Amino acid sequence: MTARLEIRSLHKRFGALAVTDGISLDIAPGELHAIIGPNGAGKTTLVAQLSGQLAPDSGQVLYDGRDITHMDMAGRVHLGMARSFQITTILHGFTVLQNVALAVQARKGSSFRFFGRADAEPALNAAAIGYLRQVGLAERAGDVARNLSHGEHRQMEFAIALATAPRLLLLDEPFAGTGRQEAEQLLALMRQIKGKQTTLLVEHDMNAVFALADRISVLVYGRIIATGTPGEIRANAEVRAAYLGEEDAAC
Amino acid sequence: MSDSPAPTTAPPASPAAPLRRPRLFSRGAAALAIFGLMALVPLVAHLSDDPFLTVAFTRILVFAIAALSLDLILGYGALVSFGHAAYVGFGAYAVAILSRHGITDIFVHLAAGIGVAVIFAVLTGAIALRTRGVYFIMITLAFGQMAYFFFTSLSAYGGDDGISLRGRSTVLGTDLLAHNSVLFYVTLGALVGLYLLAAAVVNSRFGRVLAGTREDALRMQAIGFRPFRYQLAAFVIAGAMASISGVLLANQAEFVSPAYMSWHRSGELIVMVILGGIGTLLGGVVGAVVVLLLEEWLSVFTTHWRMGLGLVLILVVLFSPKGIAGLFERLLGRGK
Repeated sequence: MTARLEIRSLHKRFGALAVTDGISLDIAPGELHAIIGPNGAGKTTLVAQLSGQLAPDSGQVLYDGRDITHMDMAGRVHLGMARSFQITTILHGFTVLQNVALAVQARKGSSFRFFGRADAEPALNAAAIGYLRQVGLAERAGDVARNLSHGEHRQMEFAIALATAPRLLLLDEPFAGTGRQEAEQLLALMRQIKGKQTTLLVEHDMNAVFALADRISVLVYGRIIATGTPGEIRANAEVRAAYLGEEDAAC
Repeated sequence: MSDSPAPTTAPPASPAAPLRRPRLFSRGAAALAIFGLMALVPLVAHLSDDPFLTVAFTRILVFAIAALSLDLILGYGALVSFGHAAYVGFGAYAVAILSRHGITDIFVHLAAGIGVAVIFAVLTGAIALRTRGVYFIMITLAFGQMAYFFFTSLSAYGGDDGISLRGRSTVLGTDLLAHNSVLFYVTLGALVGLYLLAAAVVNSRFGRVLAGTREDALRMQAIGFRPFRYQLAAFVIAGAMASISGVLLANQAEFVSPAYMSWHRSGELIVMVILGGIGTLLGGVVGAVVVLLLEEWLSVFTTHWRMGLGLVLILVVLFSPKGIAGLFERLLGRGK
């Protein structure tokens, strides 16, 4: 079977610093693949290149066997690639419902419609409410996004990503900055979609990663030093030395 | 953006019912009140035997259209165009140049003005929209000034001094617009029509995408939109609307000069929108009325009337970031 996402010797430099230093990786359909790595390992830069926000210096990104290395972000979204951001990126002045409905609108019909209230389109709102229910945020639908808590913002990002009906979900540190309870909620949500949704999870939170991932890749200084099941990664001596260190005790 | 704590305890929006903001309804009421009051101006002018009032208010309505069109891109797209007066000029010169050659029909004037505005907006917008922030302001300013100097150099049509019209535009062969009150109501009708059009656009699918690009362009790309094309479309619509105000301005003044297109004029339009309330549509209208009335009133006392206007602007921006429209919304107990 073709990999959903295939990364072939991707390189990206910022000046003298090789932030992505020859990364190759396959993500199979239905897989939940996690990438872990210490701060500054180049995780967000990798996600930016996969989502089309940044162009790599060399290498290729293949999606369902198709070369998308030079496709822009919107084009990739239309192919079914969704991304959530490490730093919450939502439309703060919009209501929660509008935020999600806009993502539905992006794939349902033309947005060059100048008449008719978008707020009153039942198809958009119904679909949006569905996604909000899925993440447990339906009762906040009418609130302005800026008034939600940080955890709720993360849930909302998730709903927005789901609303683009992705075939590949790129999640950039969804657990960053969440409290214990919020993390639990998010974890439950991730369990829900696991198996149904091909996901690349870039994460700092070890508990979440080891609880969720089918396979884990360890990224250190722009290189992947190991890929394997959670068990293999935990047992990998190189990974322990390079990264897990004392944190290992907690796992 | 007011940072007043918003409705965390607002009525729990029932997920089934799509949100209908009651605010919009009362905005409609405010629009009705403003346009209704305006409609009385010729009557007041007649009763007080002051025909100048009708002419002066026609000019106010003309600039209200221009400010309304600017608010569409400034308020909903965060595109600070510093060359918006150029579009007013295109409309005005369409009247002047065509009339000079014997073509006096207003529909031809409108078509020509809008046509030139659309072409100019597409060409300059496609370039300007590759930039952001201050650079966008500077590029639109530069294009606006290019248009200004182009018409300054047209000596056949008055050049720097401008050109007087022999008469107003005709309507299907009649000189209906020669009556000041008819021109007034035509202008008011255009304002109301364009206001309704703009209100429909900002609430449409397109408007929602445009407002999304204002909030966060990266997020919009991440859900599959390419902001550029929506911003360009809005830029073109705003330019076309402004050119309509230019056609009416030429008719009101019966005189056209490059001064209509200078960057001072563009700046004044921005002041109108900010003073009235960015992103409210009606704010642009209110801003035009207030700025031009202040000009009228303050210039009686001093030639430095702009200082007074500046003071008012500072006070409004400090105490009501959403302008006069925002002030009213707060006074009427909404937006709390």
